[in-house]
Amino acid sequence: MSGFISALPGAISQGLIWGVMAIGVYITYKILDIADLTVDGSFCTGGAVFVVLFTGGTNLWVALLAALLAGMLAGLVTGLLHTLCGIPAILAGILTQLGLWSVNMAIMGMKATVAINVTTPELLDKLLVSLRFVKDAATGARPFYRHPIIVVGLFTAVLIALLYWFFGTELGCSLRATGSNRNMARAQGINTDHATVLGLVLSNGLVALSGALLAQYNSASEINMGRGAIVIGLAAVIIGEVIFARLFHNFALKLAAVSIGAILYYIVLQAVLAMGLNANYLKLLSALVVAVFLSIPYWKGKYTHVKVNAAAAGGTDHA
Amino acid sequence: MLDVKNLYKTFNPGTVNEKTALRGVSLHLNEGDFATVIGGNGAGKSTLLNAVAGVWPVDAGSISIAGVDVTAMPEHKRAKFIGRVFQDPMMGTAATMQIEENLALAARRGESRTLRSGITKAERAEYIERLKILDLGLEDRLTSKVGLLSGGQRQALTLLMATLKKPQLLLLDEHTAALDPKTAAKVLDATERIVSKDHLTTLMITHNMKDAITHGNRLIMMYEGRIVIDVAGEEKKKLTVPQLLELFNKVSGSDEADDKMLLS
Repeated sequence: MSGFISALPGAISQGLIWGVMAIGVYITYKILDIADLTVDGSFCTGGAVFVVLFTGGTNLWVALLAALLAGMLAGLVTGLLHTLCGIPAILAGILTQLGLWSVNMAIMGMKATVAINVTTPELLDKLLVSLRFVKDAATGARPFYRHPIIVVGLFTAVLIALLYWFFGTELGCSLRATGSNRNMARAQGINTDHATVLGLVLSNGLVALSGALLAQYNSASEINMGRGAIVIGLAAVIIGEVIFARLFHNFALKLAAVSIGAILYYIVLQAVLAMGLNANYLKLLSALVVAVFLSIPYWKGKYTHVKVNAAAAGGTDHA
Repeated sequence: MLDVKNLYKTFNPGTVNEKTALRGVSLHLNEGDFATVIGGNGAGKSTLLNAVAGVWPVDAGSISIAGVDVTAMPEHKRAKFIGRVFQDPMMGTAATMQIEENLALAARRGESRTLRSGITKAERAEYIERLKILDLGLEDRLTSKVGLLSGGQRQALTLLMATLKKPQLLLLDEHTAALDPKTAAKVLDATERIVSKDHLTTLMITHNMKDAITHGNRLIMMYEGRIVIDVAGEEKKKLTVPQLLELFNKVSGSDEADDKMLLS
């Protein structure tokens, strides 16, 4: 138990970082109504680009920006495969994701892992977030505002504010209309292909940014770091929705709910690990959790339907 | 205002499902014309409307609106000229967005979407006034999600959206067919008011012969992908349903369609 408690700040930090990715997934899955599997690849792309540039001496913010742009490029590829080549969105995402594995390897110089040497204090100090800052902030070796929860929390707040503004603009509204009803969007003069591509670009940019943050946090990028990212993203979106659907109606709060969903997901993972589950079973567990939560709305609908039928059938029995 | 010349369209060419829906349709609408379109199932009415709206490219022929040749223009670009209401009430609105957001999207039809605010305060006041015309109480529900509205309310809202920014051409594809008679009458009434107030050039498909005669200044009947009857002015005003049927039989050379068209 005490092990679980002491692991909580780390779990929350990680959850916040994955929350940035989950917000990216929210844009495609909830707003555009597309399940985009590119993210499993673009997450690692973000991490790889960041680590390679940063260890090469590039400024941290420039490296983060490069990671964002690389992710956007991945989204652009999926978007063009989908709209320009007519490949179904889910397959377009799978193709990009597969291709990205090679691209990511190439970025990392054909190595499966590239590490940031955090034993050098000067390099460690430059980082925005790191696993080590969790402990350092707790012991007082670093000021509290360097704690990853505060840094990524602030980062997320700024991100949500930006997205809130964007989806309230004419352009943002055209994206929402495209996801809601493509026929209607076209009849109102919206180029739904452009809107779809833009959404995929935006989403994968955020996913790559999240990958860059996680690579920093773990002080390494690793070729498999994005495997199953889409499932974690969906889990966060769904958990946030199930818990806060009745409470949060405002768009900014809905995005915050996604971030909180990711945190809860990581806390649950930590709890399960603390109970002694082999870490290799985590992916199976994640898949099960998402499968169950995705089934709930379907079964709910079916159940209420059955209930009405049963009542009608009961009526005829008595007649 | 609308100039359609020798339009041809065949669906699924070269397959067993091949269907020639338009066989050389030509049609000219003057500015302010309100034409009703009737015809049996498969006569090509909806195909004509979709061709004008640009849902898919036509095989041959040309379409121009307000003097602009739009034949090769994609659907979303043509939307600049055209307001549309579909048969399916679900199709014309975004269910997950608010009433005012739907209206704001429609107010920007044909304009490039920028990073300006998606809806302004001044617009809201205007929408309230516009919604009052519909007399459905929607003016008090600006921020309700459209998905919560009934089919009739959604169709009335779609009509308002289609005409919010004055279109060069209004296309109504059996927009009251999916509604109950009372709601259908209300939506049709609103249509009449909006079209006559703004002098909109309108093409309205209907299954109801009486509606086709009562509304508009022109009546067009289609049969097997062609326009077979086109009456206007006084001649149209004096038309009765039996006369219309007789006219149709003469042109099509059969009377088998009578019952089908009367009943539907």
